[in-house]
Amino acid sequence: MELSDLYREVILTHATHPHNYGALDHADRKSHGANPICGDAFDIEIRLDGDRISDIRFHGMGCSISKASASMMTEMAKGKTVKEFEELLDKIEKLVRGELPPNERASLGDLAALAGVASFPTRVKCAILPWKTLESAIESDE
Amino acid sequence: MNPANDISSESILKDFPTLKRRFDGKRLVYLDSAATSLKPESVIEAVADFYRNHNANIHRGVYRLSQEATALYEETRKKLKRFFNVPEDGEIVYTKGTTEAINLVVISWARKFLKRGDTILLSQLEHHSNMVPWQLVARERDARILYIPIDDRGNLDMDFFLNAIKGGVRLVSVNHISNVLGTMNPVEEIAKVAHENGALVLIDGAQSAPHIPVDLRAIGADFYAVSGHKMLGPTGTGFLYAKKSLLKEMDPYQAGGDMIREVTLEGATWNEIPYKFEAGTQNIAGIVGLGAAVDYLETIGMERIREHGERLALETRRRISEIEGVRLFGSDDSSPGGVVSFNVGDIHAHDVGTILDSYGVAIRTGHHCAQPLMERLGVPATARASFHIYNIESDIESLYNGLKKVTEVFGKWS
Repeated sequence: MELSDLYREVILTHATHPHNYGALDHADRKSHGANPICGDAFDIEIRLDGDRISDIRFHGMGCSISKASASMMTEMAKGKTVKEFEELLDKIEKLVRGELPPNERASLGDLAALAGVASFPTRVKCAILPWKTLESAIESDE
Repeated sequence: MNPANDISSESILKDFPTLKRRFDGKRLVYLDSAATSLKPESVIEAVADFYRNHNANIHRGVYRLSQEATALYEETRKKLKRFFNVPEDGEIVYTKGTTEAINLVVISWARKFLKRGDTILLSQLEHHSNMVPWQLVARERDARILYIPIDDRGNLDMDFFLNAIKGGVRLVSVNHISNVLGTMNPVEEIAKVAHENGALVLIDGAQSAPHIPVDLRAIGADFYAVSGHKMLGPTGTGFLYAKKSLLKEMDPYQAGGDMIREVTLEGATWNEIPYKFEAGTQNIAGIVGLGAAVDYLETIGMERIREHGERLALETRRRISEIEGVRLFGSDDSSPGGVVSFNVGDIHAHDVGTILDSYGVAIRTGHHCAQPLMERLGVPATARASFHIYNIESDIESLYNGLKKVTEVFGKWS
């Protein structure tokens, strides 16, 4: 395992300067996700326009992997329909488990950098936490 | 230091086969003994020898093999009683570890005796296993829990304790040594004052039993919970020490074989203590291994183990505080538990742990099953290095060098 596979520049940049960080005014739905083992916790808030995620912000505490994953996720999820997000989530779960073929990574942009997580099994849950939290925000249907 | 007294000499390292492991060609630097200790060859061999030569169920067979197994199982109890200086009116009940020992008190004592409006006194320092079982039973019995606050270095607010204990407290339960900070609580004073005010006392000994001499006669607690696997013994072993008079009036913990005296279709009567609390086939081989662990610890001597762990912990504090951004928790003056909790700048403990692992250095990262304490310290998580007799000076350098790499990886980004 190589550290540089995990801590790619793009990941460290997102972790230290996260995009879409903070609270969202007039959020339609939100969710709090926590990892019981490490105590990492994020709040994700979204606005929906029909079934399209029109805006999204996150805040909370976590390691560089979870924070970078959240930052990159918000970039990718903004403007996507719920169905498109679910498809993306499916890809990300495969990516961090090392099950996504390289030719399918191109469409993921910065997120492709999460491929290195696959060599660090204990960090998979860090990368996935924001995604599961957004999924439950979508399902929260307040 | 006199080499004859250097307990981290070559021979001690050779006793722990896990230390032969290499990761990416690098020697394993094991700094997570507060989670579970490594096991010496003699413990591993005792477990294997039981299965090879003495395997039978206990307290049941009339044949000699079963009698041998029973004798070995009970021999460990005798060793533990001697090792922890158990008084005449005390008994040892085997459990899977500290968590089960505390749950046993909650189920067998608190469920029977805790009444509406009673108070249980805990502290902000506690491991989840000494909080959550009490929260459950308090909710069930409509009882109240008070938490003794701590100062910034982890010392209990004794004024709060002395005041709170006067207000209808049924039981005080605190740890002897903090698993996060390595600091020690004044358990003898707590037990004395609690008894003067009619309260019972449970001490969580998970981190003390492996590191310091524990004299149960001197401490005077009613209950004392210990994990075998942190004191060089096998996983799934441990015990609850308790006053016999309490065990007699408590309800059974689990029901089944070996814990009964007579069973009819209408009901049952209970076996004598401690067997009333040891239902079903126990972890016999593990208990035999725990006996071997006690032998090993006695050979080294607990005073020397305490001195060694604390010295390495305090040296580590000094050394890693040279790194810019390192923030230490706990006390610079004492760490009888051999524990150092720290953070490096804003870098999350998990990132610290992953980078150290790539250099063969194994530390614990996260909330250490003490989320309320993390809240009190104002951090989501810490990194924790913890030491035992098989750690050596160069382990500190390995940690230091690994932390320098951490700051290199993250330095230009923060």
